[in-house]
Amino acid sequence: MVDVALQSEAAVTSAEASRAKALDRLRLGDRIFRILTRASALGVLAILGGVMVSLLIGSLPALREFGFSFLIEQRWNPVTEKFGALAPIYGTVVTSFIAMLIAVPVGLLIAVFLTELCPMWLRRPIGIAIELLAGIPSIIYGIWGLFVFAPFLQDTLQPFLISTLGNVPIVAPLFEGPPYGIGVLTASLILAIMVLPFVTSISRDVFDAVPPVLKEAAYGVGCTTWEVVRYVVLPYTRVGVIGGVMLGLGRALGETMAVTFVIGNAHKVSASIIAPGTTISATIANEFTEAVGELYTSSLIALGLILFFITFIVLAIARYMLLRIERRIG
Amino acid sequence: MATLYAARRRRNIVAMSLSLAATAFGLGWLVLILGALLWEGFSGLSLEVFTEMTPPPGSAGGLLNPLMGSLMLTALAVFIGTPIGILAGTYMAEYGRYDRLTSVVRFINDILLSAPSIVVGLFIYEVMVRPMGHFSGYAGAVALAVIVMPVVVRTTEDMLILVPNQLREAAAAIGLPRAFIIARVCYRAAKAGMITGVLLAVARISGETAPLLFTALNHQFWSTDLNGPIASLPVVIFQFALSPYKDWQKLAWTGALIITFTVLALSIIARALSARKQS
Repeated sequence: MVDVALQSEAAVTSAEASRAKALDRLRLGDRIFRILTRASALGVLAILGGVMVSLLIGSLPALREFGFSFLIEQRWNPVTEKFGALAPIYGTVVTSFIAMLIAVPVGLLIAVFLTELCPMWLRRPIGIAIELLAGIPSIIYGIWGLFVFAPFLQDTLQPFLISTLGNVPIVAPLFEGPPYGIGVLTASLILAIMVLPFVTSISRDVFDAVPPVLKEAAYGVGCTTWEVVRYVVLPYTRVGVIGGVMLGLGRALGETMAVTFVIGNAHKVSASIIAPGTTISATIANEFTEAVGELYTSSLIALGLILFFITFIVLAIARYMLLRIERRIG
Repeated sequence: MATLYAARRRRNIVAMSLSLAATAFGLGWLVLILGALLWEGFSGLSLEVFTEMTPPPGSAGGLLNPLMGSLMLTALAVFIGTPIGILAGTYMAEYGRYDRLTSVVRFINDILLSAPSIVVGLFIYEVMVRPMGHFSGYAGAVALAVIVMPVVVRTTEDMLILVPNQLREAAAAIGLPRAFIIARVCYRAAKAGMITGVLLAVARISGETAPLLFTALNHQFWSTDLNGPIASLPVVIFQFALSPYKDWQKLAWTGALIITFTVLALSIIARALSARKQS
């Protein structure tokens, strides 16, 4: 009897000990896992910080050499090592601006079609088809733009613009020069196609989130579909739509390969939108591997820093806007 | 009264026709681009494309080395980027759902998600290529991993938040520690969505060119050495398309066709996966 009792007591203590050990092991595993996940989350922040710091360090030689004039000088001369970022900055802003000018109304209209007009069974397929435009890699837009779209524009739209708007007094300088096919306008049109799905899918999502009661009330007092969109849906979703537009703008500003193919890589600020130009990203993509000398490389990295800075601000505004509409819709 | 009504109706018809036209316009581009790709690229598609090396100008060849390079770079990038992305997403959805850190990370991650990929290339050039002294496949893979990560973080967080709390509570009630609840219960419940995220990330990087231009660079011949420059499909397309040689341009179109349909197939599969989960 005594023996058995002793034995079972020993068994109990050993079972308890192994239980405690197992618990310790689990606790340790839990703690390690928690630390790992937290470290990874911090890693996301570290990458952003790393991008900023490394670009800043890389561009120091150029910034020290040229200072503030880097931003406002047009010259870009690898031979004499004099660099200024005005032409690429100008090209980036102009191409993105024209792209948004086209993509925003078209994107919004598609979103209106998808939420108001389209038969239910067609909504998903058409929505997916538009989003596939966003899935096509940008280099594909580039090769298509260079071999198909640019020659097409050279033969049709550009001569047309030159012969009509090119003679109208005030806007004439915009359409000066021969139709090269490639150039600022071609790049802008391709950017517009690429940005379109972003504007569309976000506007569609926020349009869908409008409470049906609001729309029904407007229809109930006899509004037409257009009036419902114009006076109910758009005011309600304005913040979200602006967010979507800014997100698209962020994409357009940083887009590289498609633009590189069709912009023409000319380092000059030209009023004409059919003339070749350059953008920040196209300059970097075209010249970085061929850049010799520290100052040249550093100037290109400084361009990258400027691009990152601009897109960061635009995307931050976009996210802030989208966050606001999310909170409102809940 | 009647004229006002007619005017409103007219305006409505105009607006709605415009929205119909805009949709046709948008879909038209998709058709035009895919059509051009098929037209230009399909005739070049043959077995040689997958079995032969990139040729010198003026002779026939294939895309074997860039295809291999792209596969290796993509695989390594997913291998590096996915675990970090999943862990970060896990922190945001599970351990720190109501943390201040989480909202900051979410904000920054969303910005990284749409940050220009060429800037990522410059970043990796500064932190890897320059210290190592030479271009390398590793640098290219890390650059792609930086692009993979935010996609995975985003989908992981979104999917884990959808997992019902009762599942976590039930698992906790039988005494499972947190790490086990996450790994054995939450990950399983969110599996389809998380796989979708990885597929979308693969689709995203398989066409990326800009970050590879000055990290992995390019390689004319067969090379599987990730410690040196390595060929990849997008970069070869870039080089070949801008060359004056007709057969190089032809190969570029064929490569473009391969990339596009791979990417579109991946994103359609990803959509199908997540759609099945939702319904």
